[in-house]
Amino acid sequence: MAAISRDDVAHLAKLARVEMTPDELDHMAVELEQILGAVKRVQEVATADIPPTSHPLSMSNIFRDDVVKPSLTNEEALSGAPAKAEDRFKVPQILGEE
Amino acid sequence: MTLDYKSATEKFEPTLGLEVHVELNTNSKMFCSCATEFGASPNTQTCPVCLGLPGALPVVNGKAIESTILIGLALNCSIAPYSRFARKNYFYPDMPKNFQTSQYDEPICVDGYLDVEIETEDGPKTFRVDIERVHMEEDTGKSLHVGGATGRIHGAEYSLLDYNRAGIPLVEIVTRIIPGTGKYAPQVARAYVTQLRDILRALGVSDVKMEQGSLRCDANVSLAPIGSGILGTRSETKNVNSLRSVERALTGEIERQANRLEAGERIIQETRHFLEESGLTRPGRSKEQAEDYRYFPEPDLVPVTPDAKWIEELRAKLPENPADRRKRLQKEWNVPDAEMTSLINAELMDVVEETIKLGAEPTRARTWWLGEISRLANEKEVAPTSLITTAFVAEIIALISSGDLTDKLARQVVEGVVSGEGSPAEVIEKRGLKVVSDDSALMVAIEAAIAAQPDTAERIRGGNIPAVGALIGAVMKATGGQADAAKVRELLLRHLGQG
Repeated sequence: MAAISRDDVAHLAKLARVEMTPDELDHMAVELEQILGAVKRVQEVATADIPPTSHPLSMSNIFRDDVVKPSLTNEEALSGAPAKAEDRFKVPQILGEE
Repeated sequence: MTLDYKSATEKFEPTLGLEVHVELNTNSKMFCSCATEFGASPNTQTCPVCLGLPGALPVVNGKAIESTILIGLALNCSIAPYSRFARKNYFYPDMPKNFQTSQYDEPICVDGYLDVEIETEDGPKTFRVDIERVHMEEDTGKSLHVGGATGRIHGAEYSLLDYNRAGIPLVEIVTRIIPGTGKYAPQVARAYVTQLRDILRALGVSDVKMEQGSLRCDANVSLAPIGSGILGTRSETKNVNSLRSVERALTGEIERQANRLEAGERIIQETRHFLEESGLTRPGRSKEQAEDYRYFPEPDLVPVTPDAKWIEELRAKLPENPADRRKRLQKEWNVPDAEMTSLINAELMDVVEETIKLGAEPTRARTWWLGEISRLANEKEVAPTSLITTAFVAEIIALISSGDLTDKLARQVVEGVVSGEGSPAEVIEKRGLKVVSDDSALMVAIEAAIAAQPDTAERIRGGNIPAVGALIGAVMKATGGQADAAKVRELLLRHLGQG
């Protein structure tokens, strides 16, 4: 696997909407490299006869009936919101996007 | 020099691609049991699952899967024996989980097509639109940008989020690129979305209201010099909220791209927003690349593996293709093209069919719904179908066919029913609207009319048949318009030795 570059971290930070200083970018590149190295060990044991798994149990077709159940009230829904207004969640201005 | 649409399409060949999003009309959301009602007050249809609270566990709505398979089957797709949900990761407040549960490389339906017919200068022409995939995902919340002069994001001070819509089942239908439409690209796109809407409506899986956003179209288009065989850079136009806008947005976008290319500029791959007022588009948010979404299989959901039996049960439920049905009914009813178009535009095809099924004569069923009933509906600014039932219309038409009502009387019956005076039988009873068909009662009026206009009677006896009009008028007046004019004419002429 290619090494994690400073640019990769900057790109990921942008996608995650996280502002990082140049020092943090350097630091994070090293840390991510180590994490990837650890995860990479899985690839050493993964062989062609072991299909990739996305769920621990081999089940499929687990469906609910299309029946409405009570939702949270507006107050309950907004109770954990850092900011709210007009019965809605209030978030900072979204820059550079539309 | 600027190129207009005509010269733009003489130089450049457009290639289309269409993505249609359909909100399903299930009672509950895709992964939780919250209601999906449109227009509910903000954040009253949310729960830990659709708010993305820690520890919440989604469970798939079985009805939504059925609807998606039905859509796939109606679009001639193969239904995948194994498909999975995937997380599409992005940070934007319209999705409180910071990912949208969608499908990536394992959609439920693949490889279908829809044939659409448009009018060209050389008559009707059919284009086959290949469908790449039909997949399931969830809708996002609604944002309201506060502050700033234009209500747009730029200059907004903050945004307000309502998550009632977040988690409503959404089906995305993606075409392959549609080459070879030439200057007809905008019409093909419109015809495709129209036909798709009709199919979805016939399937009963969505409200398909473009103005409420339950059907949304993103139109991709690229241009290349005619005959070059290359594929140009595309733009994607969003915010296209009506069938007419689909056509306008593409016409405008083809012109814009052609003029850029003509001026030696590049087309930037970007998302653009359609502006309803001007018919133009403006740049929107720069789109993240597919790899930026870091898709991975959703670990909280198990795969969907529809077996052949289930698929065949659903296939058996498919309604007749609306385009085929239209052609069949037009033939059965023997209707000219223009009138069929009026029926469809007025959304009266279904009620006319129902009225005919109830025994009404086809021509009368059409004329009454398109004529008198539509006229009354227009006056009251309501839908014709809200005024009167098909059963009542069929009853009135049966009385016309049997000669118990004239058209004139029938109009009064319709008016009575519409103003809430009861059933046709009750209106006829209360208003005394039966045709006077009793010959002896008519003969009294006829004798009186002849006695009052002896000269006219003499002229008719002498062979001046058209003169009978004056006498018919007198008889109709005497019977309060309740006689059958044809019958009166027949009796008058016979009485005067001309029958």
